Amino acid sequence: MTDHALVDDALTPHDSFPFDPRFAPTHPPLSAHEAAVEANRCLYCYDAPCIQACPTHIDIPTFIRKIATDNLRGSARVILESNFLGGTCARVCPVEELCEGACVLNAEEKPIAIGRLQRHAVDHVQGRGLQMFTAGPATGRKVAVVGSGPAGLSVSAELAKLGHAVTLLEKRELGGGLSTYGIIVLREPVDVSLQEVEAVRALGVTVETGRELTDQAGLDALLSEYDAVFLGLGLGAVPAMGIPGEQHLIDGLQYIEDSKISPDSLPDAETVVVIGAGNTAIDAATIARRRGADVTMLYRRTDSEMTAYRHEYEFALSEGIQYRFLTQPVRVISDGGKVTGVECVKMVLGVPDTGGRPSPRPLPGSEFIVPCDAVIKAIGQEKPVLATELGLDVAGGYIVVNHDMQTSLPRVYAGGDCVRLRGTASTVMAVQDGKYAAVAIHQQLSQTQEAPHG
Amino acid sequence: MADLSVNFAGIRAPNPFWLASAPPTNSGAQIHRAFEHGWGGAVWKTIGAPVLNISNRYGGLTIGGQRLLAINNVELISDRPLDVNLREIAEIKRLWPDRAVIVSAMVDASPEAWHEIVMMIEDTGADGIELNYGCPQGMSERGMGAAVGQVPEMCELNTHWVTSITKLPVIVKLTPNVTHITEPAHAAIAGGAHALSLINTINSVMSVDLDTLQITPNIGGRGTHGGYAGPAVKPIALNMLTELLTDEGVLRSGVPICGMGGIVTWKDAAEFLLLGAGAVQVCTAAMHYGYRIVEDMIDGLSNWMDDKGFATIADVSGRALPQMSSFGQLDLGYQAVARIDPDKCIQCDLCYVACNDTAHQCIDLVAGNGVRVDPGYDVRVNGRAVADTRPMPVVREPDCVGCALCANVCPVDGCITMVGVPSTQENISWDALTAQRPEIATSWDAMMAYRKEQGIEIH
Ligand SMILES: Cc1cc2nc3c(=O)[nH]c(=O)nc-3n(C[C@H](O)[C@H](O)[C@H](O)COP(=O)(O)OP(=O)(O)OC[C@H]3O[C@@H](n4cnc5c(N)ncnc54)[C@H](O)[C@@H]3O)c2cc1C
Ligand SMILES: Cc1cc2nc3c(=O)[nH]c(=O)nc-3n(C[C@H](O)[C@H](O)[C@H](O)COP(=O)(O)O)c2cc1C
Ligand code: SF4
Ligand code: SF4
Ligand code: SF4
Repeated sequence: MTDHALVDDALTPHDSFPFDPRFAPTHPPLSAHEAAVEANRCLYCYDAPCIQACPTHIDIPTFIRKIATDNLRGSARVILESNFLGGTCARVCPVEELCEGACVLNAEEKPIAIGRLQRHAVDHVQGRGLQMFTAGPATGRKVAVVGSGPAGLSVSAELAKLGHAVTLLEKRELGGGLSTYGIIVLREPVDVSLQEVEAVRALGVTVETGRELTDQAGLDALLSEYDAVFLGLGLGAVPAMGIPGEQHLIDGLQYIEDSKISPDSLPDAETVVVIGAGNTAIDAATIARRRGADVTMLYRRTDSEMTAYRHEYEFALSEGIQYRFLTQPVRVISDGGKVTGVECVKMVLGVPDTGGRPSPRPLPGSEFIVPCDAVIKAIGQEKPVLATELGLDVAGGYIVVNHDMQTSLPRVYAGGDCVRLRGTASTVMAVQDGKYAAVAIHQQLSQTQEAPHG
Repeated sequence: MADLSVNFAGIRAPNPFWLASAPPTNSGAQIHRAFEHGWGGAVWKTIGAPVLNISNRYGGLTIGGQRLLAINNVELISDRPLDVNLREIAEIKRLWPDRAVIVSAMVDASPEAWHEIVMMIEDTGADGIELNYGCPQGMSERGMGAAVGQVPEMCELNTHWVTSITKLPVIVKLTPNVTHITEPAHAAIAGGAHALSLINTINSVMSVDLDTLQITPNIGGRGTHGGYAGPAVKPIALNMLTELLTDEGVLRSGVPICGMGGIVTWKDAAEFLLLGAGAVQVCTAAMHYGYRIVEDMIDGLSNWMDDKGFATIADVSGRALPQMSSFGQLDLGYQAVARIDPDKCIQCDLCYVACNDTAHQCIDLVAGNGVRVDPGYDVRVNGRAVADTRPMPVVREPDCVGCALCANVCPVDGCITMVGVPSTQENISWDALTAQRPEIATSWDAMMAYRKEQGIEIH
């Protein structure tokens, strides 16, 4: 065994973000020995199903074998070559639904812990500040990327590797998108996400935070200065519910963001109601629960229609979070500006809607009150309103793109949550969109000799 | 309940599991404890010439995280004072009259030296003497151990010096570090040996540390070859055992053989017995896990013998030996092919890549609709469900040469079996064929003509 493999690869927490033991990561990092044992369990399948199951098609058997041979740097390179955000994905990917769900060992014993092994390898290089890639020879072509979430970071890194000059514009103070602001510390600490922004910067990408694209004129300006523009805008805030007492509702995304960036500002509440049953709702509920509250989730349909992954639902139950199904909040009740409860109505399931899920309707006269001192809404995210403003074709509020992630406007590409009309919005899908877009943009730039903006 | 007792060259023991002469048999207190755990016998750590040991002494072979698949040692014979060893041997034999207590010895190659040590061993009341002609390091440079075992004349002479003066059964322990194991065996028998044992350790250099660039084990900045033992050597030991037991000279002498080398479980031991060993010895496995392993060795062997209807060790011993043949005697007409059980297959495709890259390119990947497909996948499709539509490996039997590579790489027990199939080829051995038609062995034209006759096609 060589020395480098004996070092435990836990990333040391950054001091700028407070560490709260209640939010210690759900999965601790694997020790070098655990990683070696797990890596050796992998069969090194040929044409392995886990590779296809991963939306970024990381060569999983190869990276795992490299862990087994103590070649951690080589392992991380294999991962990051296919997925520049391999560190985030290792932590946040719903592996049960992706790579691990397809592992051949599901049939035999238990699948390989691919996510945790991936983290082991990527932490090894990121913990040492090693950069695995260099920018390609300069092509003289320029690309603007709007939004520094996983989609924006991925396309920026891939384009920089190809030698294009990339400027990444981000409206927020910190880069990283939802990896920084939206994914609870239990899964991903802020530092991991910020390190990925730094890795993109190290490839020569100019990252400008506090820069928002607001209108058509802004896009025109970008198109005249750059050869291509990529939009990785993500989605918006939690939509309004349109019920009396709306002003008392806490935005679930804001709540999660505060728990990561400024935990001291979170309201102290003993009984919390969370409206919604998706993954964001479970995340918000988990934070409230870990902060000591009794938490009840309200959902207007039943557990079989929940959009949350099964393993997330089971996680919530194991955290001691309560569920009330077929329950629709109709009013927030407050007393002197203080929330005291939510008035709800019982629902019954009707005929399936266009999406195939039965549409719930209220049962008249079934109103009842759930007492609580805080109500968090987590019922999805608003669609990117900017899209229409920019003159892009949209469908269901999402930006329309073709196979190459090209929008209805020439030289304008988009990817990530803002185009995810179908399928599950996830980090790894956003990363893959970035890769497709980079290939298409590169092709576009290679075909046109002259820069179209003169 | 099967009777596990043995009478090996007149040495009796309640079971065939004996500790080999090595660290597990270093002292009376240790062997006392080993006997309490149930070991049927022990060969005392070799006594004899005065020595000084070094440190560290062991290197281990780890593969895929599995420790001690083999051990390599740079250890000498017992470094405890001779009189202490002799006193303890006598004490142990007195306390454990039913167990086999055998004393391993190694002294200078002179009749006087042997005379002296043999008299001392006889005085202890031990059941037998094992002559250690194996030690591949340290002692051989001083003209003992392998230096005796590797030179048949020396082997015969030294053995004779012992057998001519003692009434005790004398076992000669052979070194595997020779070209023909039968030669030292014949010499030992000529020297009057009552039994043989094998194998001692194999010359080896364990590894080089890639950080320090030092040879392992690192002995004050230097390394040297050591003796190799443990699970990884079992097939070599089994081969040497069968070489002896299919040799006319050895068979004629009727000497029993005590087998060792890589025995970890009762199953390993059963294989040695089936190939003709009269008892077995164990070292590395005991060093890895302690004396307690003998409990399952006894229990497992006994249950297996009951299942198979074997009443005694003699019933088992040599059962598989008649199958041992030589290449020239094998049936060229026997044809086997690989069969994959689709219900067991987990679609790892390890058989596919093995056959395709390094065997005979006769496993196809077949999609659900029965169409042959190439490896690879649609990058626009992902998620766990991709596993549900994986193609299935299927053997193209007419092209399968029956090499059994796939069956050996398949990670699922019983998923690929090698099945005998009817063959167009005549049932004849190479020796018989080339006796009838010698030109087949020397001319490719004759060979091709014969293949044509027999319908043998090799692509
Ligand atoms: C609470 C929560 C938990 C989640 N948990 C998981 C999980 O465990 N696993 C998983 O795979 N996925 C998870 N997701 C989904 C995942 O975070 C997203 O799919 C992913 O972040 C999408 O990446 P993106 O780049 O498209 O968008 P985002 O991450 O949303 O990034 C968009 C970026 O663009 C910036 N931006 C937007 N508009 C402009 C503008 N006009 N000008 C400049 N900048 C702009 C934003 O500030 C933001 O930084 C979760 C989502 C949420 C909300
Ligand atoms: C550390 C060590 C020391 C040994 N010392 C001796 C010895 O003194 N005399 C001897 O005859 N064989 C010695 N051997 C060889 C063993 O008795 C035995 O022949 C060999 O290890 C093969 O058996 P195994 O695979 O069960 O270990 C030694 C082996 C080891 C590993
Ligand atoms: S499917 Fe499982 S066992 Fe096979 S290569 Fe992938 S992780 Fe390893
Ligand atoms: S037995 Fe050999 S030739 Fe036949 S399918 Fe298996 S690997 Fe291929
Ligand atoms: S090696 Fe065995 S389990 Fe794997 S694909 Fe082949 S037959 Fe199936």
